[in-house]
Amino acid sequence: MQAQPIISIQNLSKTFHTKTSEVHALRNINLDILPGQIFGIIGMSGAGKSTLVRCMNFLEKPTVGTVLFDGVDLGAMNAQALNEARRSMGMIFQQFNLLMQRTALQNICFPMEIAGVKKEDAIARAKELLEIVDLADRADAYPSQLSGGQKQRVAIARALATNPKVLLCDEATSALDPKTTRSILTLLRDINRRLGITVIIITHEMSVIEEICTHVAIIADSQIAESGTVQEIFTRPKTAAAQKLVFHRAGEVQRNVGSNALRIVFDGTASSEPVIAGMVLEFKAPVNIMFADTRDIDGKAFGQMVLQMPEDPTVAEKMKYYLTTRGLTVEEVQFNV
Amino acid sequence: MFDAATWIMLGEGLLDTIYMTLASTAMAYLLGLPLGLLLVITEKDSILPLPVFNRVLGVIINLLRSIPFLILLVWVMPVTRAIVGTTIGSSATVVPLVIAAAPFIARMVESSIKEVDPGVIEAAQSMGATNAQIVWKVLLPEAKPSLIVGAAISVTTILGYSAMAGFVGGGGLGDIAIRFGYYRYEDEIMLITVIILVLLVQVMQEVGMRIASSSDRRKN
Repeated sequence: MQAQPIISIQNLSKTFHTKTSEVHALRNINLDILPGQIFGIIGMSGAGKSTLVRCMNFLEKPTVGTVLFDGVDLGAMNAQALNEARRSMGMIFQQFNLLMQRTALQNICFPMEIAGVKKEDAIARAKELLEIVDLADRADAYPSQLSGGQKQRVAIARALATNPKVLLCDEATSALDPKTTRSILTLLRDINRRLGITVIIITHEMSVIEEICTHVAIIADSQIAESGTVQEIFTRPKTAAAQKLVFHRAGEVQRNVGSNALRIVFDGTASSEPVIAGMVLEFKAPVNIMFADTRDIDGKAFGQMVLQMPEDPTVAEKMKYYLTTRGLTVEEVQFNV
Repeated sequence: MFDAATWIMLGEGLLDTIYMTLASTAMAYLLGLPLGLLLVITEKDSILPLPVFNRVLGVIINLLRSIPFLILLVWVMPVTRAIVGTTIGSSATVVPLVIAAAPFIARMVESSIKEVDPGVIEAAQSMGATNAQIVWKVLLPEAKPSLIVGAAISVTTILGYSAMAGFVGGGGLGDIAIRFGYYRYEDEIMLITVIILVLLVQVMQEVGMRIASSSDRRKN
């Protein structure tokens, strides 16, 4: 059974007009995001991903196309209805965008003030949210007294204040160091699991997608190049744009290997088993690991290796069979130099 | 140095100057603050884009600002007479002071409001804030320290203008300085009025800066 998308983007294009030219920021975007997903949108800077996320809450109005939020067309709403819809979509930003003259607690109360929540109720809820983001002791701190990670936690609490169904994250970790990034991503995953909020993450970092996303869309040249589950895209990227993001380092290696090389993709099914070691022991023939890039995503092994196979074609063939039967995707390395 | 009557005159002059300055500043803010806000929010990429209105308003403000204050003082005399009933004295000076200061204040307010991070405005929009809520809950509170600094600069500028009004029969210390110090060569009176004006500027500026910096949460 297919659930109704929480956000559905249909034939969306966005063109910016400058005095001298037109910039096509987005072209013919179609995207369905289902409730409960952690949906990543990745692309190089300038690919249009920030514009795309702003179309989702109509901070940018699409030039053509529709955006359905929970089945309702945002473009058909009047200003008041749109403001109410926006309260169902929290948003966090790269630069946090906190009110500098308000404390953490007052910042979290802000969206509730706007929505007309009673002051005592707002304060109670804000305190609760500070607990969720683990900042209960900094309620009265001003943003200037908080670290980047703490500011983003306040921003997350603020975005959750009006009980949204969706949390839009625009490069939310790009201004943070790797350790803080991880803790923020963990928090986002917790929020997704515990509160059932759909999380949409805009990023230029593949590591962010790998770390927490369930689904991903790759955006290149203002268009969606490819979208699907992270597992699918990671193991079998079809388009050049996807391959570039997934194999950004392997690509360099492949040009240098000789003939008889195999690329092996770990797609999350063979995590605990030391497959390569097992294969070498079984056939008593060495392989040369030219490149390896595997990591743990959501508890499963994902990644790839490029192996230089033994000279003997029968051994190489058997090895290939061995790997295939263990659930790995194996392909001859293509040379396109 | 001076007799009691002179001291009393100086004291009254000081009070007149303070009255003119504060009354004009208050009224000029009543006009300048909304105008400054409008200058910002009606810009092309702001929350209420009205590009034509914005340009017209900008031109009017620049026109008013480019008229030398002494000329304006004389020009608006009919208006002053219509409003106050006379063109002489402290209350009469308030009219040209407000007309001269309001566009200046509008520009000061504009630059303060523009310091507010557009990202914060965007965040408020993403929460479903109306334009009025953005103005009252984001723009004004976030720009408050800068607005106070602007007010300190404005009030001292208006003080300077008020002294100039002495030339055309305005009241206050400027009037005393011109009548006694300039026309009668009483150098001591000239000196003492200048010293009082300098002290007044110092105090107003210092108080404004202190309030601004103690209210600014970006630093402490």
